[in-house]
Amino acid sequence: MPKSFLGNLNIVSQCRRYGVSLWQCPQFLFLIMGLFIISSSAGTYFIGTRFIDDPVIVAMVVLVITAILFILSFAITQSFEKLAEVSRLKSEFIGVVTHQLRSPLTNLKWAVELISSDDFVKDKEKEEEYYSVLKENITRMMELVEELLIVSKIEQGVLVLHRKEVDFKGLIDEMISRFKFFAVASNVFIKFYPKDNIPKVFIDPQQVKLVVENLIDNAIRYTKGGGVVEIWLEKKGNLLQFKIKDQGVGIPEEDKKYIFQKFFRSENILKNQVRGTGLGLFVAKKIIDNSGGTIWFKSELNKGTTFYFNLPI
Amino acid sequence: MKKILFVEDEAVLQKTLTEILKNEGYKVVNALDGESGLRLAKSQKPDLVLLDIVLPRLQGLEVLKAIKDDPETKDIPVIILTNLESSQEIEKALAFGATTYLLKTQYTLPEITEKIKSAIGE
Repeated sequence: MPKSFLGNLNIVSQCRRYGVSLWQCPQFLFLIMGLFIISSSAGTYFIGTRFIDDPVIVAMVVLVITAILFILSFAITQSFEKLAEVSRLKSEFIGVVTHQLRSPLTNLKWAVELISSDDFVKDKEKEEEYYSVLKENITRMMELVEELLIVSKIEQGVLVLHRKEVDFKGLIDEMISRFKFFAVASNVFIKFYPKDNIPKVFIDPQQVKLVVENLIDNAIRYTKGGGVVEIWLEKKGNLLQFKIKDQGVGIPEEDKKYIFQKFFRSENILKNQVRGTGLGLFVAKKIIDNSGGTIWFKSELNKGTTFYFNLPI
Repeated sequence: MKKILFVEDEAVLQKTLTEILKNEGYKVVNALDGESGLRLAKSQKPDLVLLDIVLPRLQGLEVLKAIKDDPETKDIPVIILTNLESSQEIEKALAFGATTYLLKTQYTLPEITEKIKSAIGE
């Protein structure tokens, strides 16, 4: 009992649990309002006794105090609205996640049902085809779960960077070789132009790998019908700049401001039937921001997109 | 031979259910987005439409409404087959004239085939 009572008094930790800033947290604002009411009452008393002959001054002081109280109450109402909004976003998030997970799940379920049904004509080629469907969908679900875990860590503010000195050029080489088969299958050539004397960077290799992976994956995926994906790496002042250019479908002007938002998928991607979770770029931006870098892009519809990011050396 | 129009953007699901339906003796016409789904509904006059909700180009409910608004296609039974579990969408779909609303993950392939058979009147 005393412990939970003290816990209730620890406003900062309570507010942290909501995941909003102190000035958007109702408990904290109530405390400020309480302190203000007490001190302003005392203040009014002292001013009142000093200027007892001049009721205009006393009235003015009371008026100012009332105005401040009014503003504080408004802030408290706003903070409750903010909390309601956070909770609404969470339910929406769960809704989108379940829908995203359901698609590969249905694929798995139906493919297994078909393979195990009596009517299924057993021939090797067809069986292999359905097994690759199973594999593909399991990978899709795993990727989604991994990305969701990172998103949840980002939102709770517990995504820790395990920084060490990394040979960034080597990291990109490794990622490109990982995408070799996917690129060949998509009729895409990946070209890499690293400048000489690329210095080592102090980053979390696992997380930055994820960013590079997402960007290469997007570049290949959105280059419909084949083309070239070019990657540059160079030192610019005290920054290392990574640049990746595709000849893909591009990002429509009206969608550009939403591109780093969680679950956002551009209308023209949906039209072009490209699969994705809508989380890749959201995660990429958070990781690059956390690493002290910046990420941005230039894009022209039906011509292609270029993504850039900088990391401090 | 009865003809079914199957509008679904997941190519894998298209393939799986199409194979089952063909085994059952139906002719299956496939569409991967709402726009071509609606066009095929008007030109092919299928005996039944299987329709997803979340579709590129034209959403499933709009396709449904257009089918039901056209006197030439309004009598074609439409089964909504989706993963979208929202009471609002279900209500809308039924109000627009859908025969039934099925959640993909909650039915096995034979169960879905049964629903199709009863909707088509077999």
